Amino acid sequence: MHNKTIAELAQGLADGEFSSVELTQHFLQRIDELDSQYNSFITVTHEQALAEAKAADEIRAAGNAGKLTGIPMAHKDIFCTNGVLTTCGSKMLSNFTAPYDATVISNFKKAGMVSLGKTNMDEFAMGSSNETSYYGPSKNPWDLNAVPGGSSGGSAAAVAARLAPAATGTDTGGSIRQPAAFCGITGLKPTYGRVSRWGMIAYASSLDQGGPMARTAEDCALLLNEMAGFDPKDSTSLKKAVPDYTADLSKPLNGLRIGLPKEYFGEGLSAEMGETIMAAVKEFEKLGATVQEISLPNTMLAIPAYYVIAPAEASSNLSRYDGVRFGHRCEEPVNLEDLYKRSRGEGFGKEVQRRILVGTYALSEGYYDAYYRKAQRIRRLIQQDFLNAFNEVDLIMGPTAPTPAFDLGSNTEDPVQMYMEDVYTLAVNLAGLPGISVPAGLINNRPVGLQILAGHFQEAQLLNAAHQFQSATSWHQLAPGAGQ
Amino acid sequence: MEWEAVIGLEIHVQLATQSKIFSGASIAFGSEPNTQACAVDLGLPGILPVLNESAVEMAVKFGLGIEAEIGMKSVFERKNYFYPDLPKGYQTTQNDLPIVGPGIIEVEPEEGKIRQIRIHHAHLEEDAGKSLHEDFHGMTGIDLNRAGTPLLEIVSEPDMRSAKEAVAYIKAIHSIVTYLGISDGNMSEGSMRCDANVSVRLKGEEKYGTRAEIKNINSFKFIEKAINHEVERQIELIEDGGKVVQETRLYDPDKNETRSMRSKEEANDYRYFPCPDLLPVVLDEAYIEHIKADMPELPKQKKQRFVDELGLSSYDAGVLSATRPMAEYFEQVKERCGDAKQAANWVMGELSGQMNKDGVEIEQSPVSAEQLGDLIKRVMDDTINGKAAKQVFAALWAGEGASADEIIEAKGLKQVTDTGAIAAIVDEVLTNNPQQVEQYQAAPEDKRGKMVGFFVGQVMKASKGTANPQMVNQLLKEKLG
Amino acid sequence: MALERSDVEKVAHLARLQIEENDIPEYTRNLTSILDLVNQMQEVDTGDIEPLAHPLDATQRLRHDEVTESNQREHFQQNAPATEAGLFLVPKVIE
Repeated sequence: MHNKTIAELAQGLADGEFSSVELTQHFLQRIDELDSQYNSFITVTHEQALAEAKAADEIRAAGNAGKLTGIPMAHKDIFCTNGVLTTCGSKMLSNFTAPYDATVISNFKKAGMVSLGKTNMDEFAMGSSNETSYYGPSKNPWDLNAVPGGSSGGSAAAVAARLAPAATGTDTGGSIRQPAAFCGITGLKPTYGRVSRWGMIAYASSLDQGGPMARTAEDCALLLNEMAGFDPKDSTSLKKAVPDYTADLSKPLNGLRIGLPKEYFGEGLSAEMGETIMAAVKEFEKLGATVQEISLPNTMLAIPAYYVIAPAEASSNLSRYDGVRFGHRCEEPVNLEDLYKRSRGEGFGKEVQRRILVGTYALSEGYYDAYYRKAQRIRRLIQQDFLNAFNEVDLIMGPTAPTPAFDLGSNTEDPVQMYMEDVYTLAVNLAGLPGISVPAGLINNRPVGLQILAGHFQEAQLLNAAHQFQSATSWHQLAPGAGQ
Repeated sequence: MEWEAVIGLEIHVQLATQSKIFSGASIAFGSEPNTQACAVDLGLPGILPVLNESAVEMAVKFGLGIEAEIGMKSVFERKNYFYPDLPKGYQTTQNDLPIVGPGIIEVEPEEGKIRQIRIHHAHLEEDAGKSLHEDFHGMTGIDLNRAGTPLLEIVSEPDMRSAKEAVAYIKAIHSIVTYLGISDGNMSEGSMRCDANVSVRLKGEEKYGTRAEIKNINSFKFIEKAINHEVERQIELIEDGGKVVQETRLYDPDKNETRSMRSKEEANDYRYFPCPDLLPVVLDEAYIEHIKADMPELPKQKKQRFVDELGLSSYDAGVLSATRPMAEYFEQVKERCGDAKQAANWVMGELSGQMNKDGVEIEQSPVSAEQLGDLIKRVMDDTINGKAAKQVFAALWAGEGASADEIIEAKGLKQVTDTGAIAAIVDEVLTNNPQQVEQYQAAPEDKRGKMVGFFVGQVMKASKGTANPQMVNQLLKEKLG
Repeated sequence: MALERSDVEKVAHLARLQIEENDIPEYTRNLTSILDLVNQMQEVDTGDIEPLAHPLDATQRLRHDEVTESNQREHFQQNAPATEAGLFLVPKVIE
């Protein structure tokens, strides 16, 4: 049952092969049995999940079921869930029971989906390996010595290990796509403004975007149908109709123009990685697409621009954690300053503190123009690169990450080394574009992700290409050996 | 050495919206602590702001009211600092691109002296909560009901030269915002709060002196006192060879002094940057035109109309148009009695005098505009004379009757205009005072004018004040020869 | 561009972060290398390019002015570390 896709599970529920309660029990059992090795969940909501499953079965019995009614999934612990612990992977929120639901959560509830629990993540989504989580790192189901990627590493690991058919993730600089690549699943980062950020704990507000993580592009399309949409509670949410993302999945790719940015295939990419990606691109050619080289000349500037903008916004977004209204508070503060400094010093881990310090520095008097404003100008250059490219091609392809999943602990010494891991993903967030990572091969039994990018609001086209690729290949069907 | 004060004001006006600037919580005053602080106001993880359309509309109305440039694109920024009444650790405010650009307000601090005060800009922002310093086992309590209340901060240029001018300016702002209905202007509830930047320099000097910012001045009365006190403090300091330091000072109305706020002395670095949760506010001409069409007549226009159409003096017109309730009262009196000058004289004279004496505002006047208008009518149609009218007014003020006519009837104050009846009283008075008649007739012509007053008084007394004074004068002159 | 220890201390104070004495050298090193990375931006002439604050050049939508929230104080204060009489408690604020 756990090897089925959402599309298949939905069929099974509709056909009465199994009930939502049975399905939910099955996944809860797998989590209980197996997650001690992956550490992909922070909280498992057994009782609530079963209650929701029962309710879903009743809705189905009454003939009111929707397409996804009764299907279980997991949520990244960055989404506020009413009455459920919501930690954001931080000691700061290790005692925080969210008093309301994020819009994404209520959207899935409305669709009748069942929540299994909350998945592990890098603290406040700041990390590329899941190693900054206060709850310890999640592990890659393909190789327990490898990281699952981050920050949505727990979601990726849970889906890869078949502990959940799907999960939500958020992507600020690659946090859906990179762990999806590392864990051999499919992860979609929608256009900025497509999915509501209400109730999604902010890291960098102008970059953060929630999206689905599942085993196939088709599943991602089914999930995005429920997840996306205008939200009056989010000023940056776009008032734009949501198409049926499954409608175009089967469209042939004849005449599709694919661009390969030469900057993505140069220095820093291993030959093996290059070959794996090129083999995937060949599949698209077989499907009728044409391929051409393009240039995104400002690609390398995405890293510095991102590491100004994201920490600057984060430094301000994280000021609310002061030990007054919620969250960690130090013992017996002697005065106000002590309350602030110790609560924050104790509640935040090192990477979060580093980024707060960098962001504070970048915004401080005398540096604003040289850092923040400069980064925003570069941000426009980067976006312009993409807009120019999309005048020539429909989709852009390349590797999601420079390497497959790296070993736990191998990148923790030098934060800058870790930041370089995000070279192919960051620019997409700066430009606000949609991107998807699909499994495209294995290197040393660790998955490789192919990243596909499209113009603003072209998720349907991305999903169409990814689905056609998955119809022609079987990389997405590979399951990790561990835990089977 | 003659010193000159240089004053600039930052006025925070609480806007009269229903809900907060970025959330759907109520802004009603005086609720139980934290019962009007919703998830957004508390800055809970994951919350997002959405801008209130009324706040924008009110800010634009103010801008149009002072004929300022309207910021067709304004941007909210975050002002970052830690304070317990600031839940998110930043205040969402406007900085580089405010919604209202430069404008001018005309004030008349004293009769005939018109001053132009330039407004640098006005911007929208959210209010903070309140710290309650009553002792909670040595702790401070935080109430966030006020957090997120929409404020319009109006920043003047340093164009005022005395506390009196500053007060006139604040009154003018108060008048505009209440005319526009964008604020209740209630200073005791904090709907208008003022910070003053005060410096002094020698008269004729061009450079400004070092300024101190005085916070927490929340009534017209205190503003004048606080500024005067600060000006004196600075002059004394400099004359004693000291130097004014740039700092924030708190005004203590009980002691009538300002003191340095040490806790805020630390150099702040607010790290302003555009709020990534909000997008630029972009207005178009059609929107502005729509708001323009909805604008009420403002004090300046009203004053001009009072001068041009009603023939009032500039000063009288200024006083009568200064506040919306005053102007409304005056216009009702005028409508009722049909004579603007009489109405102006009564409102600014008898009525204002009584109000000052009893310390009531015009909204609470026990004499309604209708009652006063009817009273004036009775003077104008000679039913009563001026003296009786004052009696009637006093009776109305004291609540002794429902209308002027009722009181005139009850007190028998109707003016006697029958020549025969008045002549009879005059004769009686002359007969009863032969000595005075003799003296009068013996006096030279130029002294007589004054002496006639005695007889007038006697006649009026005998008539219980009801005799028409002009007729009395006329008859006395005839009979005394 | 090498940061000084005092720079880190100053920024940590602005951000109200208590940093352990032992960690300051590491943070100083980290921040220096991050700033070196970030300073690659300075090699590009960005002239008068308009800064991009949001990926989509959208404008602010306005909310109808109505009260939609009701009192949820008890619910929200369940997460509060210290409250009394409906107030959040903090160490005494001295003005």
